[in-house]
Amino acid sequence: MTIVDTFAEGRGLRRIREDRVPSTANEYGKPPKGAAEKAVRANDGQPSRPRSFSGGAFLPYLLPVILVILWQAGSSAGFISDRIMPSPVAVIAAFWERLLSGELARDVGVSGARALSGLLIGGSIGFLLGIANGVSKLSEQLTDTTLQMLRTIPHLAMIPLVILWFGIGEEAKLFLTSLGVLFPIYLNTYHGVKNVDRDLIEMGQIYGMSGWSLFRKVIFPGALPSIFVGLRYALGIMWLTLIVSESIAANSGIGYMANTAREFMMTDVVVLALVIYAALGKLADVIARTLERTALSWNPAYQR
Amino acid sequence: MPIGPYQSPLAFISDAELDSHHAAQPVEYQASPQPAGLRLRGVEKRFGDNQVLRGIDLDVPAGQFVAIVGKSGCGKSTLLRLLVGLDDPTGGRIEFVDEAGEAVEPNSRIVFQEPRLLPWFSVADNVAVGLGDGVPKAFGRREAERALAGVQLSDKVKDWPSKLSGGQRQRVALARALVSRPGLLALDEPLGALDALTRLGMQDLVTDVWRELGFTAVLVTHDVGEAVHLADRVIVLDEGRISLDLEIPRDRPRRYGEPALAEIEGKLLDTILGKA
Ligand SMILES: Nc1ncnc2c1ncn2[C@@H]1O[C@H](COP(=O)(O)OP(=O)(O)O)[C@@H](O)[C@H]1O
Ligand SMILES: [Mg+2]
Repeated sequence: MTIVDTFAEGRGLRRIREDRVPSTANEYGKPPKGAAEKAVRANDGQPSRPRSFSGGAFLPYLLPVILVILWQAGSSAGFISDRIMPSPVAVIAAFWERLLSGELARDVGVSGARALSGLLIGGSIGFLLGIANGVSKLSEQLTDTTLQMLRTIPHLAMIPLVILWFGIGEEAKLFLTSLGVLFPIYLNTYHGVKNVDRDLIEMGQIYGMSGWSLFRKVIFPGALPSIFVGLRYALGIMWLTLIVSESIAANSGIGYMANTAREFMMTDVVVLALVIYAALGKLADVIARTLERTALSWNPAYQR
Repeated sequence: MPIGPYQSPLAFISDAELDSHHAAQPVEYQASPQPAGLRLRGVEKRFGDNQVLRGIDLDVPAGQFVAIVGKSGCGKSTLLRLLVGLDDPTGGRIEFVDEAGEAVEPNSRIVFQEPRLLPWFSVADNVAVGLGDGVPKAFGRREAERALAGVQLSDKVKDWPSKLSGGQRQRVALARALVSRPGLLALDEPLGALDALTRLGMQDLVTDVWRELGFTAVLVTHDVGEAVHLADRVIVLDEGRISLDLEIPRDRPRRYGEPALAEIEGKLLDTILGKA
């Protein structure tokens, strides 16, 4: 049975009514649904709370800046050994050197491509399964229990098995990353679809929507806030999995760079790798948030 | 079904007024401007062991404004859902007839207490939902704006529903129900969640659109005063049966606090509360 069939027969509606989503379904994050809805009701065009203090944008960065200055001072004064922790200046120098030699761009590019392809493959599978199981009873009965069992296995614990299956090449990293991102996206998509307001679905059906148009106009937009929660969790897991799998075995990428540097006791490069991972993680989150704000601009919780 | 140049569901907005904003584009659209009367014979509805409607016989002439009142849980919403085809009766027949008593397709719409707007659609797109799938976008926009003008929301066309007040949202829901020019409009406590003053304004709006468009209106309300103010006829539902069926022989516009209406209201309340 297809999604369209189910809805065409009006069965989707009834099933969604009867089913309760288990409360454990969403350990990867609270769906913003309740909050968003409350906000919809509460917001009657009042202006949002004004910033209380004009230095507000700068203030949060004061402490990190002070810490870096202290760190540099400690290194320069010889309190902190280079072997333990390189000075910020040394890290910047390492960054510059690798940037000029082109190694940095290559390693970041390789790692980025690994992360993205894992996200794309695992994310698509999780998304499609989440939609299918949210909408079709048959699909849910066939796969949900299996997925709920599989997700309890920590995917990083599968590394020995994955190495046996795929060796230590690209396939192993791709497999692990895909597996890691699949579950948060699956769970949140499924949860989002299940929790779309039934009154809205009924309204759509009253006005003649069914199948694809009901999905496009009501179900998907209704599930989108939850899907974004899943995406942002998946991004975190994606980097984590990549870092772990790149430090096991790789001949390129940021993890490789860090491991090689460790063998030669080049702490500055090791720290540089940490900073780059952090920056990439932040970048991915900023992109996801921007997408979220754009796609959910109807939602007062995301309006500014 | 006649196919001809589409006429505005809210004809009291002149085309010229709208065309001052839009290039005129002739549209052909199928519409049934025909009000659908009701003929109910022995209508029953049970949910498992719970018999909610116990044989309703009712004739509503096309174009009449009927109000249904009764205690909470007496089956008012259930009856409305049967009328608009959201549920099927477990017994009896529901037929739709035109002024001459011939069977017609009702093109029925329902407005609920909650506006049920799609928060991710603009106000205009929400109203265009009422035209059904597959209407051309430009046409949908134009009709939506026309219907919104009819509920005095022309300035909110592009807003998100979350920016509107409760009364405004309910007006959008009304515009969505009216945009396709229904022959039968069911209203299930549509003003129940609004504050008293907003309510009075909405009552006048409902009367205006009904007189303008001529559909058959079935209003469920728990406010007997509202029923008497708006309807041609008030029906009291009690334990799944019609216990009183009363014509309101007053011309419109009606003023609040008219003694004749107050007397009818008192009589209805006595019936509902079992003092008659
Ligand atoms: N879908 C349903 N399933 C079971 N019982 C229902 C359903 N809808 C309504 N009922 C029952 O029908 C009775 C009348 O409900 P309703 O028509 O909503 O009353 P009201 O007059 O307050 O609108 C109630 O006892 C309610 O529990
Ligand atoms: Mg009710």
